[in-house]
Amino acid sequence: MNGVLALSGRLQARHLLIGLMLAFIGLFLVLPLVSVFAEGLSKGFAAYGAALVQPDAQSAIKLTLLVAAISVPVNVVFGVMAAWAIAKFDFPGKSLLITFIDLPFSVSPVVAGLIYVLMFGMQGWLGPWLRDYDIQIIFAVPGIVLATIFVTFPFVARELIPLMAEQGRDDEEAALSLGASGFQTFLRVTLPNIRWGLLYGVLLCNARAMGEFGAVSVVSGHLRGLTNTMPLHVEILYNEYNFVAAFAVASLLALLALVTLVLKSIVEWRFDYQRGSVGH
Amino acid sequence: MDIALSSQLQVPDATRHPAPPRTPRRKSRSVIPGFGLTMGLTLAWLSLVVLIPLSTVFIRSAGMGVSDFLAAGFSDRALAAYRISFGTAFLAAVVNGVLGLLTAWVLVRYSFPGKRIVNALVDLPFALPTAVAGIALTAIYAGNGWVGQFLEPLGIKIAYTPLGIVMALVFIGLPFVVRSVEPVLDDFGAELEEAALSLGARPWQVFARVVLPAILPALLTGFALSFARGVGEYGSVIFIAGNMPYKSEIAPLLIVTQLEQYDYAAATAIATVMLVASFAILLGINCIQAWSRRRLAA
Repeated sequence: MNGVLALSGRLQARHLLIGLMLAFIGLFLVLPLVSVFAEGLSKGFAAYGAALVQPDAQSAIKLTLLVAAISVPVNVVFGVMAAWAIAKFDFPGKSLLITFIDLPFSVSPVVAGLIYVLMFGMQGWLGPWLRDYDIQIIFAVPGIVLATIFVTFPFVARELIPLMAEQGRDDEEAALSLGASGFQTFLRVTLPNIRWGLLYGVLLCNARAMGEFGAVSVVSGHLRGLTNTMPLHVEILYNEYNFVAAFAVASLLALLALVTLVLKSIVEWRFDYQRGSVGH
Repeated sequence: MDIALSSQLQVPDATRHPAPPRTPRRKSRSVIPGFGLTMGLTLAWLSLVVLIPLSTVFIRSAGMGVSDFLAAGFSDRALAAYRISFGTAFLAAVVNGVLGLLTAWVLVRYSFPGKRIVNALVDLPFALPTAVAGIALTAIYAGNGWVGQFLEPLGIKIAYTPLGIVMALVFIGLPFVVRSVEPVLDDFGAELEEAALSLGARPWQVFARVVLPAILPALLTGFALSFARGVGEYGSVIFIAGNMPYKSEIAPLLIVTQLEQYDYAAATAIATVMLVASFAILLGINCIQAWSRRRLAA
C-alpha cells in the first residue's frame, strides 16, 4: 500500500480508476438515493407531510415498528445462544449447523413467504386446525412477524460466531475458575467482549426487518390499515400512481438506511471493529 | 439439566477421570457451561423457524407426482421465467465482478477525499429496503427519468425491459463482491506487485499474473453471492421489470402470481426448482471457500 512503484502508484492510472469508481458509485448508488427524496418532495413539503400523516401511512409505520420490535430481539436471543454453542464448544457437524443457520440468506424472499403459507395457510398443514381454534397467522400480523424472523434469522448469529470463535475461551475460563457462575460470566465477560459485533448485527437485522418486502408481501394479504408494513404501503401507493406519497413513505425508509449506515460506520471507525464475515 | 452439569464440570479433571480417558482423540471437555441449553434451544428454534417450514416445499412437491410436478415446475412460462431470472442475475453478477473489483481496488489501494463516505455507501444496498430501491431505479431509468431521458433518444430503453432487471440486480449485488474482495486485497499488499513491476512486468501483466490469481477465490465467492441474491430477488425487480410473461417475468414473481390464483401446486413446484438451484449455488460457494483455504494453507 506504500509502494511508489506499485500498480497503485502510477498517477494517471490512479486518477482514472478513482474517477471511474466514483462515477459508478455516483450513478448506481447515490443517484437512486437522492431521487427518493427529490421525488418525495417534488410537490413541496405540504404534500410530503400529508402523505406521512395519512391514517394508512401511520398504521403502516406502526406495524413496521411493531414487527421489528418483535423480530429483532428474538433474533438477538437466538443469535447469542447459537454463537455461544458454536463458538465456545467443539462438536461434530459444526459447519453443517452454520450452513443451516445461513440458509435463509440463500432462499428467495418469495419462497420464504410461501413456506409459511404452506404451513399455516387455509390449504396448509396446520390450516384446518388453526381455523378450528380461530387463530389466524397468514394474512395477519403473526405471519408477517414469522416471515420477518425467517429472513433476518442469520444476521446476529453470523456476526457473532466468527467474533466469539476468534476471542476463544480463555476469558470465560478465567472468570469461571475465579468462582463466577455461568450466567455471571456471560453477562460480565462475554457480553462486553462482543458488544460491538452484537450492535453491528442488530443494526443490519433491524434494517432488513423494517425493509423486508418479498416475504412479507406473500403472507400479508395487503389489508390496508391492518397488515400493510411500510414497504408494502409504498408499493400500493406506487401502483395507484400516487408517486409523491409513495416516495414520501419510501424516503422514511431511505432515512432509516442512512441512519443504519452512519451508526455502522461509527462502530467501525471509533471502535475499530473488524467484521468476521461478508455481510448480507 | 445444564446448570447442574455445569457445576460438576468445574471439578478438576483428575477427580472426574480417575482412569485415563478412553477416547484419546476427543478434546478435553470445556469447563464453560451452557452447551446443552444453548445447543438444544438453537436446534429447536432452527428446526421450528427454518428447517420444518422449508421442508414443506419438498414434501408438497414429493406428493404431487412426477408428471404433475414437471408440468407445473417446467411449464413454458416457468422455463421462460427461469431463463430471465438466471440470465439477468448472471449478467448482473458479471458486471458486479468487474465494477465491484474496481471499487474494492480503489478503496483498498488509494486514498482520496471522501473515501470513508464512499466506503459506507457501498453497503447502501444492504440497508436500503428493496422496494425503495425498485421505485427509485424505475424513476431514474424511465423514459422521462433523470437518466432515462438521455438514453431514450439513443434508442436504449432500460425501465420495463430485461435490461432494467439487470440494473436492479447490479444495485442489489454490488456489496457482495466489494466486501468479499476487499479483505483479500488488503492482506495481499502491494509488495508483490512492486516486485513484479521492478522485474520489468507491464502493469496489465502484473494484474493478470499476480493480482488476479491471488484474489480469484474471493472474486468468485463475491460473484456467486451476487448471483445467488439476484436469482431470488423480488422487491427491487418487480417495479422496473415490466413483468410481461415470457419477456420480463422473473421466477419469484411467477410464484406470487400462481399463489394469487390459488395454484399452490404450481407455486410450490417453481419454489422447489428455485430452492434446489440456490442450494446448488450455496454448495458451489462452500467449495470455492474450501478450495481457497487449501490454497492458503499450501
